[in-house]
Amino acid sequence: MASRLMWASRAASKLRISVFNRGFATVLKDLKYADSHEWVKVEGHSATVGITDHAQDHLGDVVYVELPEEGSTVTQGNGFGAVESVKATSDIISPVSGKVVKVNQELSDSPGLVNLSPYEKGWIIKVELSNSSEVEQLMDSDKYSKFCEEEDAAH
Amino acid sequence: MGTFLEARKVGLPLMNLVRFKGLPILQQLHLEEELFRTSKENWCIVNDGTNDPTIVMGVSGKPAELLEIKPVLHDEIPVVRRFTGGGTVIVDQGTIFVTFICNQDAVPGLQPYPRPIMSWSSLIYDQWLRHQLTPVIDYVFGDRKFGGNAQSITKRRWLHHTSFLWDYEVRNMSYLKLPKRAPEYRLARQHSEFIWCLKDYLSRLTFIERTVNALGTHFSLKSVDSEANRDSSAVKFVPSTRLLTRQELEEAMSAADSKNSLAESISPY
Repeated sequence: MASRLMWASRAASKLRISVFNRGFATVLKDLKYADSHEWVKVEGHSATVGITDHAQDHLGDVVYVELPEEGSTVTQGNGFGAVESVKATSDIISPVSGKVVKVNQELSDSPGLVNLSPYEKGWIIKVELSNSSEVEQLMDSDKYSKFCEEEDAAH
Repeated sequence: MGTFLEARKVGLPLMNLVRFKGLPILQQLHLEEELFRTSKENWCIVNDGTNDPTIVMGVSGKPAELLEIKPVLHDEIPVVRRFTGGGTVIVDQGTIFVTFICNQDAVPGLQPYPRPIMSWSSLIYDQWLRHQLTPVIDYVFGDRKFGGNAQSITKRRWLHHTSFLWDYEVRNMSYLKLPKRAPEYRLARQHSEFIWCLKDYLSRLTFIERTVNALGTHFSLKSVDSEANRDSSAVKFVPSTRLLTRQELEEAMSAADSKNSLAESISPY
């Protein structure tokens, strides 16, 4: 049992995954997070945006993703699209500002990718950042994990 | 007694209550969307029946999958795509609409996700009208449905609206197809087998009054004149809810017919 736990811990560390105490939602260490439960992966002046495992778990099965147009502008804190689940549309709030250079067209035919692979195949938009310093306002993985725990405990 | 009731309402969040009768559904949805997106207050909108029969699809609704487009076009039934999720309904004078638009903190401890919001909203009706929730959260009594609902959620604000079947025209249901994502309780059943009318059980006024009273136990309600001047801010809100054009419906029908023809031509049978 102890060796299994050690193996799991090493595997989690290698995969850059933090596991909640409750063991339900995953959080990746290299990403930044907004309090509206979107994640962003910054690479130079580019960023990839999606919704977190916590968000997809609470939203339920996603049946539709409303995507923005490529070339449109996104602003930190403002909505740029939406997901539909359990008869509800839920806005996706941009964690960064910039120009949308690519949208994940696969989500049009396979919206469930947001549930199955929220941090990889379920990415939503790629953005050319207009203000890289905005990323500093976002949470790192540890802070986001704690934020989610506190939010769930409060309800 | 008056003092007790007033004291009880102290501390309850304020909610504006607007009542309409026969407001066209497109206008109602435009108002809802504007209040949801631009207001910072809590609202309840009640519309006792709409004027003409209108089909209302959810945000991702595909006409070819959900509608019998040929009779819809022939009979010139308007088709609206609304801003909330969920399925397709056909509404008319026999429909009673109730909408809640709330700030996130209006209901203490309520998580801004579809199922918690749905559960809380159902309590407003469950307080006085005993019914059970199906797994997909339609309003049903036994295995028969008497209302449909949908929601929209944004940062720190949510909207939940319901169309209650006071009465319905059987022939209107023929404009709708059985959706792909049909809940289990309606699979393989005709509309008449799973829909249930409220008119057999209580008056329209009683339904509305009891709903408002139940809401009044959670909010301090303030009646707002439905004819009151709207906010005359310089920036005009542009709703996403809209009427589908005849051209769009015709194109959807053509595309579906082409797809069916192709499927038939390559079928070995």
